[in-house]
Amino acid sequence: MKVTFPYMGNTCIVVKALFESLNIDFVTPPMCSKRTLELGTKYAPELACLPLKVNIGNFIESIEKGADTILMTGGCGPCRFGYYAEVQREILKDLGYNVDFFVLELPNGNFQEFLRRVRKLIGKKSLWKAVMAVKKATNVSIELDKLDKLSFQIRPREKVKGKTDWIMKKFQSQVFKVKGAEEIYNIINSTREELKAVEIDDTRYIPKIGIVGEIYTVIEPFTNFKIEQLLGNMGVEVDRSLNISHWIVEHMIKQILPLKKHRPYEQAAQPYLNTMIGGHAQETIGNSVLYAQQGYDGVIQLYPFTCMPEIVAESILPTISNDLDIPILTLIIDELTGEAGYKTRIEAFVDMLLRRKERVVTNNEYILSRY
Amino acid sequence: MNTYYLGIDIGSVSTNLVLLDKHSKIYKKLYIRTQGQPINALKEGLKTLKQDFSENFKIAGVGTTGSGRQLGAVIVGADIIKNEITAHAVAALDYCPDVRTILEIGGQDSKIIIIKDGIVYDFAMNTVCAAGTGSFLDRQASRLGIPIQEFGKYALKSTTPVRIAGRCAVFAESDMIHKQQTGQNIEDIINGLCEALVRNYLNNLGKGKEILEPILFQGGVAANIGIVKAFEKELGKKIIIPEYFDVMGAVGAAILAKEKVMKTEKTNFYGFDLINREYKARSFECQDCSNICEVVEILSDSEPVARWGDRCGKWNVIENRSETSA
Repeated sequence: MKVTFPYMGNTCIVVKALFESLNIDFVTPPMCSKRTLELGTKYAPELACLPLKVNIGNFIESIEKGADTILMTGGCGPCRFGYYAEVQREILKDLGYNVDFFVLELPNGNFQEFLRRVRKLIGKKSLWKAVMAVKKATNVSIELDKLDKLSFQIRPREKVKGKTDWIMKKFQSQVFKVKGAEEIYNIINSTREELKAVEIDDTRYIPKIGIVGEIYTVIEPFTNFKIEQLLGNMGVEVDRSLNISHWIVEHMIKQILPLKKHRPYEQAAQPYLNTMIGGHAQETIGNSVLYAQQGYDGVIQLYPFTCMPEIVAESILPTISNDLDIPILTLIIDELTGEAGYKTRIEAFVDMLLRRKERVVTNNEYILSRY
Repeated sequence: MNTYYLGIDIGSVSTNLVLLDKHSKIYKKLYIRTQGQPINALKEGLKTLKQDFSENFKIAGVGTTGSGRQLGAVIVGADIIKNEITAHAVAALDYCPDVRTILEIGGQDSKIIIIKDGIVYDFAMNTVCAAGTGSFLDRQASRLGIPIQEFGKYALKSTTPVRIAGRCAVFAESDMIHKQQTGQNIEDIINGLCEALVRNYLNNLGKGKEILEPILFQGGVAANIGIVKAFEKELGKKIIIPEYFDVMGAVGAAILAKEKVMKTEKTNFYGFDLINREYKARSFECQDCSNICEVVEILSDSEPVARWGDRCGKWNVIENRSETSA
């Protein structure tokens, strides 16, 4: 059995840590590329959302590298994502690939069935060992997110342009060469130290932008044209509202175990959207409110074309923008690979944030300076 | 010797050049069809500008904007490269300092800009769909065999309203054809199309935005009287069309260049000699990783002057070098 899984940003490193501690044989899908997208769009239904297409591309590329089993998460009803595994299973079957699917979900709350699937995946190893491996992998995800967050803070302030990018690129290439959670930790630690040693220029004003939206497009850099890096190099500090660690802890572990959930966005979203309507719409709303309250300069919403929960959220965002006086930019992502259009919008947005700030700072004695 | 500031707006449909004098008055404007060849359009524009001068003059600063702003900047040596939203807003504020709303419809893009206290306060730009932009109107005009300059006038002759689906160019075209085949009047269909485009614009870009007067309408589509009337009808407000509505992006770029040069006190402009150079753009797929980036290389007399399009940044080294030396 050689297991593979969809490529979604740093999630890959987390899954790698998990499988390596359980001695499960696996194939890391090649990083998402134009070829991945081409394979996906060729075989997926045309009107399906982008993540489904990219996933299919990932699977085919992994099968080419020898994978015979696919691990997906699922779930009933959050949005079309709930059907991904089923649709993908059928598509791969039609293409003549003979692969097994493991769907990690609680079918109708059936814990027995969940355990049966886990058992099949881990073989004869003890459940306790599996739990410990999950714990380790979760910790890796938490550390990864902290590292990303640090890079978001350093990048706009670095004195030598490109330093942060270089360190993070080195990290990505190193991390896939090592084995096991311990060694991944070591690399995270040394990268953190390198980032902390980057020379900083803290004389400039650094605007802050929060990223909200659909989780896949927020997390996978191939689909969002590395938006955090793009903004960072424009001198903007970014915060990502959705993280892998948050998702693993809040939406997978706490879904299965009866632990108290930490979801401050639910309360923040209350006046605008007081219930879960699928996908990450409530997170988008709630986190936008939270960003405004925390004094962020702006919010960018990302979502794949036709994503229904985010369409609902998008129509609520102008009210939040008005009520809390925070500019919000929506970017819809599909298979377009021309980045110029996105760059124009992002550049104009950042320009606008700086000028709004300038006006507040100089308090009406504002002179139209355009730099 | 007179000094001028050059503004260049390289758009999908047209490439516009503007010369501003010291007092930000427009001395000369050019509107050239890009026809998919931005480099040629730009060179042709510069050639025309040069030929029209008998006097001695000096270009004191250059600004580029539009979707081809980076390409243009590499070729002419720009002092400032700015996105279209900022450029349009700057030009509009210069024309009408009290402006509150800017409607801009160009070839591929449409945008709405909200101004408050003299700065861009909010904006929206079409994302995935180009329905309701100039190129779609162009296409419909040529399909119907009507010159684009006349297109709007047909709409004014309409007597009966015809509803055309406006949210997608493909739907709109099917709807137009179906209605035309049932014998509806061409004037009524064109009017229906204008109204549909305005409806689509306001529903998408204008959603949740307060459209206050004065309202300026800029971009090539502002020449279409049918669209202007449809806006006035839908909003119940007066629409102002600036004198140089079709080159406002270039005007903004020139104003920005002027401000920049006043700070730096020098220009990067390569001079008009550049029209004698041979510029070529070539592209290749980098095979070094699975991203297979489409790298574009700009050659000036077969000497590479810029490269872009790569995700990892290893190809754009020359661009960086010229930036640091500048």
